[in-house]
Amino acid sequence: MKQLLILSGKGGTGKTTVASAFIKLAQAKAYADCDVDAPNLQLVLEQSGQPESNDFFGMPKAEINTMLCAKCDRCREHCRFDAVSVIDDVYSIDPFACEGCGVCEIVCPVRAITLKPLVSGELVLYKSETVVFSTAQLKMGSGTSGMLVTEVKKEMKAVDVGADLAIIDGSPGIGCPVIASISGVDMVLIVAEPSVSGISDMERIIKTAKIFHAKIAVCVNKYDTNLEKTRAIRDYCQQHEIPYIGEIPYDEKVVKTVNEGLTIVDVFCDAGSAVQEVFNRTMKEMNP
Amino acid sequence: MKYAVLSGKGGTGKTLVSVNLAAVAKNPIYVDCDVEEPNGHLFFKPRGIKNEAVTVKIPVVDEDLCLGCRKCVDFCKFNALASVIDKLIVFEEVCHACGGCMLLCPNNALTERDKVIGEITSGDSETVKVISGILNTGETSGIPIIKKLLAKIVNEKATVVIDCPPGSACIVMESIRDADYCILVAEPTVFGLHNLKMVYELVKLFNKPHGVVINKALKNNHLINDFCCENEITVLTEIPFDSELGQLNSNGEIAARKSAAYHDLFSTLLQTVVKEVEHETVAHS
Repeated sequence: MKQLLILSGKGGTGKTTVASAFIKLAQAKAYADCDVDAPNLQLVLEQSGQPESNDFFGMPKAEINTMLCAKCDRCREHCRFDAVSVIDDVYSIDPFACEGCGVCEIVCPVRAITLKPLVSGELVLYKSETVVFSTAQLKMGSGTSGMLVTEVKKEMKAVDVGADLAIIDGSPGIGCPVIASISGVDMVLIVAEPSVSGISDMERIIKTAKIFHAKIAVCVNKYDTNLEKTRAIRDYCQQHEIPYIGEIPYDEKVVKTVNEGLTIVDVFCDAGSAVQEVFNRTMKEMNP
Repeated sequence: MKYAVLSGKGGTGKTLVSVNLAAVAKNPIYVDCDVEEPNGHLFFKPRGIKNEAVTVKIPVVDEDLCLGCRKCVDFCKFNALASVIDKLIVFEEVCHACGGCMLLCPNNALTERDKVIGEITSGDSETVKVISGILNTGETSGIPIIKKLLAKIVNEKATVVIDCPPGSACIVMESIRDADYCILVAEPTVFGLHNLKMVYELVKLFNKPHGVVINKALKNNHLINDFCCENEITVLTEIPFDSELGQLNSNGEIAARKSAAYHDLFSTLLQTVVKEVEHETVAHS
């Protein structure tokens, strides 16, 4: 099964809009939403049946047994994440700052500290005999989103529906969840926006994807909102020998369609026709 | 006063609101905590740039001293160390720099070196002090950069606008920890509402006073308005969907500096937020 990952460097460029259209066009049997911070794909793709949902345990977090604590301060001294605080002479650990490294546990002379597993998200899997859709939601303020992304992909791959193509909606940024989503995919399609911010974000995601040796292609969304910047993106791709595979116009119907819970290829619109072209070229690029 | 601007997701207009708010404030500091994709400096184009590297401590092995006991390997929760044919290998990209391996090594075979993961740049744009954190590509976590950024403004008395990273994960929580007020930017779409709900949960969790700015407002913003009404959240302002604004923004211009109408809109927003904070202070004292 080949895997296509859709990234953008930043949210709001139309990643999910493009991903959902691709899923419809490819009649994809396997797809996933790796934007575990703010998953939106399920909002535009109708799911049948109840999903399976499972707690996701990220890194365990340290806990202090205040009855045993000798107030020696060693845990606070050694914690590099400023997670140990002392209020009214009572030691406690801030679970949001704790990275679960276990240093406090090993330096505590009286074994007052233990690492305890903590639910940090929820894995959600929709599956039928023919389709698998894997998504997740990170719990508020949790870290370890990269681990959750890895699990989302693993759950998608574990269900055999005979799919030859998987489409993955990625997460914004260039950090841990994005890096986790890039690993093992066959191609990354970058959806860029024609603005100074959009170009800056695109350049950073391209650099990141290159570090992980991913095959890359670029398309521009809302290209006609700034033709000069669209040209700049096209030139950048040419200079860096990155396939530039199309442009999608700004189209008022997109917001309306998405608000109705549909993808842009479910209705007749300019953006929908353009995305069809982008899809065809992406498939050619992926299967030369 | 410290104002954090949040959005649940990028592309909603977080940077637009932060940059313009800072542009209409008096001698403010703008802090870009979106270290993965910092964009604020593209608008401010600050001058007199000073760079400061941000480093973390990465273990270094002295092979002559390593006994191959594997204590460090067994301890490391992040699998950043491996022992292959009795040779210790460090995977620095997954190392969280906790220092545990060094503490445990019985033969002092591990020391630490500074590894640069990004930088903090500061400069001036008219009266605005612009501070940005930038994570190097290929690095997994910008948290050390955000911490260093926020440490710089901890005792700051000036007006500080914090442009937060997208989402509601740990890095966002870091960014709002010391904020006096949170401005939640939302787009009137199904996605926008979904993302707003998440940051709303976050500000409630931290008990932060907050209000909503609707960006790219259309004639019919009932999606966001209804949610705010039901949850008694103040709608601070609506920024219209406007191609002139879109054009200015996509070319990296600051609307409040280019257009009198937008200068007014953001000045009014700032006044509203200041009043909200005063009101909160009275209500909680």
